[in-house]
Amino acid sequence: MSLEYIISMITNNWPMFLRGAGMTLLISIIGTIFGAVIGLLAGVIRTIPTPERKLKRALLKIVNLILSVYIEFFRGTPMIVQAMVIFYGSALAFGVDMDRTLAAIFIVSINTGAYMAEIVRGGVISIDKGQFESAQAIGMNHVQTMWNVVLPQVIRNILPATGNQFIINIKDTSVLNVIGVTELYFQTKTVAGISFKYFEPFFIACILYFVMTFTVTLILRYIERKLDGPENYSMIGQPPPQLMLPKNAKID
Amino acid sequence: MDNVIEVQHLSKSFGNHEVLRDIDFSVNKGEVVCIIGSSGSGKSTLLRCINLLEKPSGGQIIYHGENILDEKHDIHAYRTKLGMVFQQFNLFNNHNVLNNCIVGQVKVLKRSKEDAEKIALKYLKVVGMDHYVNAQPKQLSGGQKQRVAIARALSMEPDVMLFDEPTSALDPEMVGEVLKVMKELAGTGLTMLVVTHEMEFAKEVADRVVFMDKGVIAEEGTPEQIFNNPREERTKTFLKRTLS
Repeated sequence: MSLEYIISMITNNWPMFLRGAGMTLLISIIGTIFGAVIGLLAGVIRTIPTPERKLKRALLKIVNLILSVYIEFFRGTPMIVQAMVIFYGSALAFGVDMDRTLAAIFIVSINTGAYMAEIVRGGVISIDKGQFESAQAIGMNHVQTMWNVVLPQVIRNILPATGNQFIINIKDTSVLNVIGVTELYFQTKTVAGISFKYFEPFFIACILYFVMTFTVTLILRYIERKLDGPENYSMIGQPPPQLMLPKNAKID
Repeated sequence: MDNVIEVQHLSKSFGNHEVLRDIDFSVNKGEVVCIIGSSGSGKSTLLRCINLLEKPSGGQIIYHGENILDEKHDIHAYRTKLGMVFQQFNLFNNHNVLNNCIVGQVKVLKRSKEDAEKIALKYLKVVGMDHYVNAQPKQLSGGQKQRVAIARALSMEPDVMLFDEPTSALDPEMVGEVLKVMKELAGTGLTMLVVTHEMEFAKEVADRVVFMDKGVIAEEGTPEQIFNNPREERTKTFLKRTLS
């Protein structure tokens, strides 16, 4: 249990750990991106104002119902159980043997999507009504309003929550070892099984997980700062002096 | 008559609460109309009904001979013809000053980016904000934001400008700069419909003053008539309260 032992464990098994960490990152990155896209779409659909026409209203109601079922189901069941049901269920029901990595990405994506849908909905609700109104008053339709005015602000506001989701995904992909995905936890278990040591490999995995999540945190902070833009702005030309000072309330 | 917008028998209710009752009213080309009245009299609701931010419960809005409340009328195209200035400015927080004035032109009117920029700069100059093109809305004072909001609406080159209490959310010292811009605009022959509490402005700039009370137009006429010889008792009471 010495430091030397841990170092030798790394030098002997680093390809296993690295491949595991790589797989974990791959699944969580793609899963988070797909999940964010699903969440954006679902969140935007769920915030469409009730249409005037009966047919459209009925259609929207049905779509919203389907989305609610999706969101509540995937938020309300553990991912580890979903993984088993989807992976073995698809084999049983349709006779398809899903590629384990694809299955993992699929499960993480739809799971993240369910959470992100609610995060996006919250983000849209939090945008001041005036932003929608001024976009509409200028003649924008719902899609233009969302795309040009609301979503850019929503995305900025939900970035911290999305980072949370990303970090949760990095850690939670470990449950996918139950369907045999060769992510970091699975690889660590293998190393432990070969060496009959448990503390050392899992200690190494622990550090690797932390390095991954903390890197993601730092990258997201950087992106947030970038999106916020510069603190100051530059003037174009010299403004006339009377505009630099507030004028008196009286005209003439 | 050469009217731009004509409102006929317009009514609006929020649930059981009737905010507007049987409003008949029109705005002529090149005219500056000020709507005055106490809070809750329905003046803002009338303005918001005209550009359909509120859906009228009844009546008609005729724009260039067409009833825009007709199902098949293109609301979005109609709204581009009305420039709206809000009490709370409502600049797009994710765009800088220049883009605030460009995005509608490019996305809705499908103007080229170069044309849009030229037009935006022209109107930013009119409101004296052309030096601030790079600034973000959060970096501006209230008066500056409102002037940019006016330039944004003008950039769409609308037929009518609607102002919904444009100075009510401003610090007293910033009211002047916004009113000055509006006065200049009125001088250019722009058609303007202004909901305001600034009686001095209405007196000086308006061609016609409309006094609203409890959801109806109580009295309308020239500023001289409304302010100096009001016919209705409630107009007198209101003016006494606000001007003293």
